[in-house]
Amino acid sequence: MAMVQPRNLKYRVWTARILMWLFLLVILFPFFMIISVSLRTGNFATGSLIPENPSLEHWYLALGIPWENADGSITQPPFPVLTWLWNSIKVAIISSALILILSTTGAYAFARLRFRFKQQMLTAMMILQMFPAVLALVAIYSLFDQIGDFIPWLGLDSLGSVTLAYLGGMALHIWLIKGYFETIDNSLEEAAAIDGATPWQAFRFVLLPLSVPILAVVFILAFIASIAEYPVASVLLQSMDNLTLAVGSRQYLNPQNYLWGDFAAAAVLSGFPITIIFLACQRWIVGGLTSGGVKG
Amino acid sequence: MSTSAMSTSRATRSSGAYLVIAIVAVIDLVLLYGVTLMYAQGELAFAMLVLVLAAAGSWVFISRKGYNYRYIYPSLLGVSTFIVFPLIYTVNVAFTNYSSNHLLSLERVRTIHLAKTFRTGGESFAFKLYQEGPGLRLVLIGAAAGDEHYLTEPFTERNEPQELKAFVSSHLPTGAVLPIRKVIKKRSVLQKLDIVLPDGTELAMTSLRKFGAIARVYRPDDHADRQYPEQNAALIDNRTGQTIYPDMETGYYTNEDGTEQIGPGFTIYTGWDNFVRVFTDPGIQGPFLKIFTWTVIFAALSVTFTLVIGLLMACLVQWEPLKGNGVYRLLLILPYAVPAFISILIFRGLFNQNFGEINLLLDMLFGIKPEWFSNELLAKSMVIIVNTWLGYPYMMILCIGLLKSIPDDLYEASAIDGASPAQNLFHITIPMIIKPLIPLLIASFAFNFNNLVLIALLTDGAPDMLHATTPAGATDILVSYTFRIAFGSYGQDYGLASAIATAIFLMVGFIAWVNLKATRQLQ
Repeated sequence: MAMVQPRNLKYRVWTARILMWLFLLVILFPFFMIISVSLRTGNFATGSLIPENPSLEHWYLALGIPWENADGSITQPPFPVLTWLWNSIKVAIISSALILILSTTGAYAFARLRFRFKQQMLTAMMILQMFPAVLALVAIYSLFDQIGDFIPWLGLDSLGSVTLAYLGGMALHIWLIKGYFETIDNSLEEAAAIDGATPWQAFRFVLLPLSVPILAVVFILAFIASIAEYPVASVLLQSMDNLTLAVGSRQYLNPQNYLWGDFAAAAVLSGFPITIIFLACQRWIVGGLTSGGVKG
Repeated sequence: MSTSAMSTSRATRSSGAYLVIAIVAVIDLVLLYGVTLMYAQGELAFAMLVLVLAAAGSWVFISRKGYNYRYIYPSLLGVSTFIVFPLIYTVNVAFTNYSSNHLLSLERVRTIHLAKTFRTGGESFAFKLYQEGPGLRLVLIGAAAGDEHYLTEPFTERNEPQELKAFVSSHLPTGAVLPIRKVIKKRSVLQKLDIVLPDGTELAMTSLRKFGAIARVYRPDDHADRQYPEQNAALIDNRTGQTIYPDMETGYYTNEDGTEQIGPGFTIYTGWDNFVRVFTDPGIQGPFLKIFTWTVIFAALSVTFTLVIGLLMACLVQWEPLKGNGVYRLLLILPYAVPAFISILIFRGLFNQNFGEINLLLDMLFGIKPEWFSNELLAKSMVIIVNTWLGYPYMMILCIGLLKSIPDDLYEASAIDGASPAQNLFHITIPMIIKPLIPLLIASFAFNFNNLVLIALLTDGAPDMLHATTPAGATDILVSYTFRIAFGSYGQDYGLASAIATAIFLMVGFIAWVNLKATRQLQ
């Protein structure tokens, strides 16, 4: 690059580098801390950044294994963390798959087919995705309370109800996928149509294989959103074994029962896989966030 | 477009089409069964809704004219069921007194009243509990009944009311008598029993050793000539002969002069009452206005801080002389990659007054221990700090994307003129990216306006405000305030919560409209 370089470049680079390191130190402090806390002995011990006598007790308890203390007494795991994690994953996978199916077909219609009120529907979706489910919690609660009278596995305190409630996050994804579909030239589909393919066949065998990247992005985005969702799940779920991770984790930091060390281990254990998934897919997620989502 | 023209071609009706018709028919049958059930339960609105949706769905999937709608129908159904319907329902609830005291419909409350019993003080019976195979049986021995006693039909342990017939018998059941210890264990089952003697007397458990005669407190009022409001739901008190009727003003059953309210209450429409309360009740109006102001400040500050830090970091990461940009970028994104609920809870622990590591550090360095959760200003600063930490990577990602679109020669030209980095930032970078950034900033504002997760998990509104009718805190934003009114631990007032939610709808709608305008302007 033939850029004109200022004379004091070296000095500037070092200033920037030191600023960046200081900033990173502050930003990453909570992560160092939580790992250190998870290795401490006991829930109340305050100590230095590096634990003096590290113990794996919180990790045993997070994994659901009872821990034998030094004095011979046994500590039982306080909460079923792995059950919560599994609940979260079940709900996230099923709801993301449903969102993907529904929003892909919807986006296809918006991008390729002609029908009445198309523009109005699109505008409505744009506005609706700004209303979070949080605002209609009373309605959602009451709705599932009544559904539960007819279909128990979709009633209150069931994972089915949470899965279904998360489908409301669909509107945004329709926009994302539609934006991507529009970047694909439809001459291929037209060629297929001339060869006698039905619109369904053109969609299934021509457009879908070309759109795998955006479908993956939408699935991951929906998956992460569902794992991290707190308000709806906290209202719909009640019994200890039915909680999702987001609702359950809160139990650790009750003022009456403050389990800081146990929480730290559970947080690292459950946060790690999700973080890895995000980082592994960040290239595509970032692309999706900046392109499809903002197109008007 | 050729694809839409294809749908009318003759070739499409194959065996597949008949399969579709068969599937639609099966689904319709199931739904019709459901509709009948709902209609039978009096849920007329739901039944109609399902009927209309099912009819539309069948048309779309069978008729050729509806072909193009086949792709859109499922997603529209999803959006309308899970977004639009809850919004409308919430507005509807805002006009009722639906709350933990007024949870049920008038119909259900009447049924509850009709099932109420009282002890008549008549004959009482000692009882013995027999285990007979898997089932249980009761033997009831009257005080003066001689050898004769009553024997109930066998029953099982169920945690719901059971009605049992009893008959006169001279022999005892074959099983073993359960000791009092086991009877005590099963008392919650026994307390729900309603035993009917051959003469029609009803018995219920009155103590650990006795069953006593009971009678219904209320009977329906059959006199159609009396003039009560809602008279077909009126009841007569068997003890006093007084009539009670549902008061459609208060949502309770009351006696004739309206002095006594008999719970549980039922749900009624109260018009604008909830909205009037928000603006006139000093215990709600005061907190509401304070919370509204704080919500706007919180959202605005969050957007500003995340934007400033995000933009600076984006510029640094994009700056090529700084080597290792990929690693920096990855580390800087980390707060965004960790699920928010985990990082918020981590901060909740780190900021803890006594055990938190932040106070430990501050104590070591400066000898201070700030009260992060009980001092209003500190709590608010903490909320902003945490939200900035959570949100700056998103802004950074957006800015990196936008910075890439700025042509390099602009910076080249400014470098020739000897511009400083600050001049570059204010005269090239910001003017170039501000326009596409505005809709994103508005969206971010809207997100933070409704950022319930942060408040609910970090402070839960703490510190609490004084003189508030419903629990309200200094760091509460509108949604978390609504959330606490609806699902908090101090009596749930769904009606009031919905009224405030309706107000938030209007605000969000306004923000969405502004955003739409800004997006349109961009094109």
